Amino acid sequence: MRKFDRHQGLVAPMDRANVDTDLIIPKQFLKSIKRTGFGPNLFDELRYLDEGYPGQDVATRPLNPDFVLNQPRYQGASVLLARRNFGCGSSREHAPWALEDFGFRVIIAPSFADIFFNNAFKNGLLLITFDEATVDRLFQEAEAEEGYRLDVDLESQQVITPSGETLTFEVDAFRKQCLLEGLDDIGLTLKDADAIDDFEKRHRQARPWLFRQAG
Amino acid sequence: MAGQTLYDKLWSRHLVKERDDGTALIYIDRHLLHEVTSPQAFEGLRLAGRKPWRLDTNLATPDHNVPTTLKERSEGNAGIVDPVSRIQVETLDDNCTSFGIEEFRINDARQGIVHVVGPEQGATQPGMTVVCGDSHTATHGAFGALAHGIGTSEVEHVLATQCLIQRKMKNMQVRVEGELGLGVTAKDIVLAVIGKIGTAGGTGYAIEFAGSAIRDLSMEGRMTICNMAIEAGARVGLVAVDETTVEYLRRRPFAPSEEYWDAAVADWRELVSDDDAPFDKIVELDAAAIEPQVTWGTSPEMVAGVGAQVPDPAAAGDETVQRGVSRALEYMGLHAGQQITDIQLDKVFIGSCTNSRIEDLREAAKVAEGRKVADSIKLAMVVPGSGLVKRQAEEEGLDKIFLEAGFEWREPGCSMCLAMNADKLGTGEHCASTSNRNFEGRQGYGGRTHLVSPAMAAAAAIAGHFVDVRDFGAEGAANDDSQVQEA
Ligand code: SF4
Repeated sequence: MRKFDRHQGLVAPMDRANVDTDLIIPKQFLKSIKRTGFGPNLFDELRYLDEGYPGQDVATRPLNPDFVLNQPRYQGASVLLARRNFGCGSSREHAPWALEDFGFRVIIAPSFADIFFNNAFKNGLLLITFDEATVDRLFQEAEAEEGYRLDVDLESQQVITPSGETLTFEVDAFRKQCLLEGLDDIGLTLKDADAIDDFEKRHRQARPWLFRQAG
Repeated sequence: MAGQTLYDKLWSRHLVKERDDGTALIYIDRHLLHEVTSPQAFEGLRLAGRKPWRLDTNLATPDHNVPTTLKERSEGNAGIVDPVSRIQVETLDDNCTSFGIEEFRINDARQGIVHVVGPEQGATQPGMTVVCGDSHTATHGAFGALAHGIGTSEVEHVLATQCLIQRKMKNMQVRVEGELGLGVTAKDIVLAVIGKIGTAGGTGYAIEFAGSAIRDLSMEGRMTICNMAIEAGARVGLVAVDETTVEYLRRRPFAPSEEYWDAAVADWRELVSDDDAPFDKIVELDAAAIEPQVTWGTSPEMVAGVGAQVPDPAAAGDETVQRGVSRALEYMGLHAGQQITDIQLDKVFIGSCTNSRIEDLREAAKVAEGRKVADSIKLAMVVPGSGLVKRQAEEEGLDKIFLEAGFEWREPGCSMCLAMNADKLGTGEHCASTSNRNFEGRQGYGGRTHLVSPAMAAAAAIAGHFVDVRDFGAEGAANDDSQVQEA
C-alpha cells in the first residue's frame, strides 16, 4: 500500500450530503478485473453530460461545467471536502480506487459510511472526520479563496489551513500505523498464523458442523 | 455481570486475538464470492504467492452480470453479450477452478444471487461469521449469524488468513411490536425504519431487529429486513434464533448432518440477546402504524407511506437536507405536494436480494392473479433470486400467473437491481422496484427508482401508478376484494 505521512494539496469542495458509491463510480465500470484506471470515471454521472461506458475515450465526452471538479480553479485538487455520510451504499472498493486514481489523497467530511471508510484506508487514502461546524467553515473558506490548500500531517494528526490555523483530528492507531508505514495487513495478520491455527482447532472441536460441506 | 447481546456473543465466539491498538482478529466461517468484487483479490493472492487458508469455507456464484433472458442464458457464459461482463464471469470460473473453490456456475440450478443462495443451501447458519464482497451480506444476519459486507482488499485478506481485522461495533436494538396490517410486509417495516433513523442512523452499529412483529416473520421476511440494514448505515443486521430459524435450515444441503444436528440446534438456541443485555441505542416502532411504503427520492430514507404526498423541501430539516430533497425531486421529476399515488410508472421490477425469494414471489403473484399489467407499463419483470426459487415457483404455477398477467418471467440474477447486465431503465423512466437502492442512475442512466414491497410493485404494475395494495381490490380489476386482502 502507498504510504501517507504528510500531504499538502488543493481543496475541492463537494457540497452534497449522502454521496453514494454509485455516484462515486457507477456500476458499468465495475466490470473491470483490474484495480487501476477508474480515475477518468470518478463521479461519472456528475462530471459528464452523457452516459459513460467502459473503454470509452473520455477526452471526447461533454463535460458538465457546473460540476466542481470540472471548474478550472479546482484542477489538480487532491483534498476532497465533503458532506455527511460520504461513501454510503455498496462495498465496492472501486470507489476508493477511483478517488485515488483521480489523485485524491485526503477526504474530509462530518461522517463517512463504515465500509467505505474501511476500504479507503486500505488504499492509502486518509479520511478525516471533523464536526459539522468545522466542515462548514472549511467549505466557506475553500469556496471564498481561490487556490485554497490544506496541509495535512498524519504523524501529528493535524490539518493546517492557509491562515495558519491548526485543526487536530482523530485517527485509529492501527490505521495510522498502516498508512505511515505503507503496511500490507495480510502480511501482518499472517504473523499471527499460530494463533489462528489454535483458534481454528478449538473452534472445530466445539462446533464440528461448521467444518462440514455438502456432498 | 450484565448480559450479552446477540452481537456480543457472536463477536466473542470468533475472537482470535485482541491487539494492543484496539483492533481484533475475527475468524470467518463462511466466505461467499461473486464475480464483481473478487477478481482483484485473487490476483492479489497470486501476485503474493499466497493460497487460500481454508477451501471449504468458500462458496461462489456469478450473479451481477448474468443475463436473465432464456435465450442468452441457454448459451451459458457465451450468451453474455457484453464482452467485459463475460470476461468477469469467466474470470470467476477460472479463479474458482484454479484455487479449488466450489462454485455454482451460470447454468447450475443452484446459481443465483449470492444472498439468496447461501441461506437456501444452508450454507448460512446461526452462529457463523459470514462475509462477502458485497454490502448486502447483512442479509445473512437473519439467521443469528454475524454477517457483513467487505471490500476487495478484505476479500483477499479472508482468503489468505481466514480472518478479518475488526473493531467492535456498538449495539442497537430496533424493536417492532404489534401486528402488521394486512398487505403490509417486511419490506415496509425496514423502509419505515430507514425513514425513521435515516441512512446514516445505524453507522457504527450492529442492529438487532426484535419484537413480536419480527418474531412473526418468516425467514424470508427477516432476510428482507436484515438485507437493508446497510441502507440504514449499519453493516450488520441481526435477528435472534428461534424455531422458525431452525425449521428453515433442517435438511438443507449444507446444514449440519444428522450426526451433529441436535448439538448444532442446542448451540444455536443460545444465540439470543440476554434479557438484561445493554444496548447503546433502542428504537421502537409500532407495527400496526406502518403503512405500505414508497420511496420518492434518491436515498432510501426519502420514503413515505403510500397515502402521503411528496414532501416540500422547505419543510425538510437543515440546509444540507433541504438541498438534498430539492435535488432529489428534480432528479425524480416530482414536485412537492404531489400524491404518491399519482406517480405514473414505466417499468416494474420484482427481484433482487431483498425480495426475490419464494415468499416474495407468492405475495406478488397473489396480487397479479387474474389481472393484467397496465398498457402504459413498458416492461414488468419478475426475476427469481435463484434457479431453485425459480423451479419452486414454477412448481407452484406462479410463473403462469405472472405470464398471464403480462409480466416477463426471467432467469435468476441481480438483473435490474443495479443494471450491470442488459436489464435497465432508460433516462427519465419511473420504476416500481423491490430492490434496495434508489440512488441516481442505479437502475440505469437517468432512471428513477421507487422502492416498494413485492405486493406493492405488482399492484403498481396492474394500475400503472402506485396504489395502496390494501384497497387495491376496489380499484376494479378482475378479482374480488378478498383475493387482495390476503396479499
Ligand atoms: S441483487 Fe442488487 S443489491 Fe443484491 S447483490 Fe445483487 S446487485 Fe447487490
